[in-house]
Amino acid sequence: MTDDIRALTARLADEPSSLAFLELGEALRRRGQVDAAYKVVRGGLSRYPGLADAHDLLGRILGDQGDLAGAFDAWADALRFDPMRSGALKGIGFLYFRAGNVEAALEHLQRAADIDPDDQSIAQALARVRAVKRATPVSTHAEPAADTIAPAPAMAGTTDVATSLFPRPENGDQGVMLVDGNGLRLSGSLRSPTNEDVGDRVAAELAGVSKEASRTAKLLGLGAWVAIAVESPEGNLFLVPPTPQTLLLTVRDSSLPMARLGLIAERAARDARAWLGVPE
Amino acid sequence: MSPTNAVLERVTRVPGVRGSLLISGTDGLVVAERLMDGIDGRAIAALAANLIQRLVRATAGAGMRIPTFVHLRGNTGSVLAAPGRNDLVLVALAGVDANLGLARVEMLDAVGRLA
Repeated sequence: MTDDIRALTARLADEPSSLAFLELGEALRRRGQVDAAYKVVRGGLSRYPGLADAHDLLGRILGDQGDLAGAFDAWADALRFDPMRSGALKGIGFLYFRAGNVEAALEHLQRAADIDPDDQSIAQALARVRAVKRATPVSTHAEPAADTIAPAPAMAGTTDVATSLFPRPENGDQGVMLVDGNGLRLSGSLRSPTNEDVGDRVAAELAGVSKEASRTAKLLGLGAWVAIAVESPEGNLFLVPPTPQTLLLTVRDSSLPMARLGLIAERAARDARAWLGVPE
Repeated sequence: MSPTNAVLERVTRVPGVRGSLLISGTDGLVVAERLMDGIDGRAIAALAANLIQRLVRATAGAGMRIPTFVHLRGNTGSVLAAPGRNDLVLVALAGVDANLGLARVEMLDAVGRLA
């Protein structure tokens, strides 16, 4: 056992609720001790079932073990909790490529590259798959085995549908947005302080926040979670769950008091519930 | 009493606050804590760190800097967090009757002095 693995094992034994299992699992995997890595990560996932990092790592371990169907499921889980996880997109892209589905491989690798343009391994994989596609232009699509490859999570809907519930942002109003549990925008829009449309990106980042908040509140004896208020120098964010499956984000200039923003968010949540057809 | 413990003591004195702790934001480890008996600081640290990391990514996606204050409100209490420099996050656990306004002011003041 190397010093780093020994130290991480001791740290995890001392603090079983810490996230040290991620480092330990990765260290074991890199040393080729994939069975031990699997056990460590499974143990961590039993404590943090919504942690995308852990599902991503499990995907790499299962891939190393040759369990490609298991790896696919693990990476799909990682994307369910964090649709911006480039490692999971790369992993799924690799699996599609192995299954002969070059188009799907390209789609996933391109999404990974868009999220993490500095990752050379993604750029190289993308170049390799593109080269294969160019070399075989007539038909590169082979149907994947049903037990190996499943559809990846869908991307966000269209802007027209997405802006139908809430009015467009005005001065000091950076937006209101309703997001589902998979990080997809259901309605509304969001503008950055520099007036860029950041709705889909933020929606994706919010995937899993509701579950994480729910788990945190429950485990700390706070009951059901009601709201999250986030203060930032550029603006205040207020998150509420109109339904257990959705999350509503309201963003305003930081000059608006947080309690007032909370009232605005509650009103928007009522509108969202009505729009979703959920009775009060 | 060390400066860190003095800060935690000051936050914990706010009416309704059941404890406070200083954690490492990246790995969710406890740096220092002052909690009522029966409260597991390690669980608070791990859960709070995880939630804050998600919210940091969301605010970054929105073109904003790292949050200065986060308040998770539950039916029967709240978790408050004030990220500071050097990856440290000051976290407090508060009951439903807590003076959240005072806790926020104390925490923002404290985390500024800890840096």
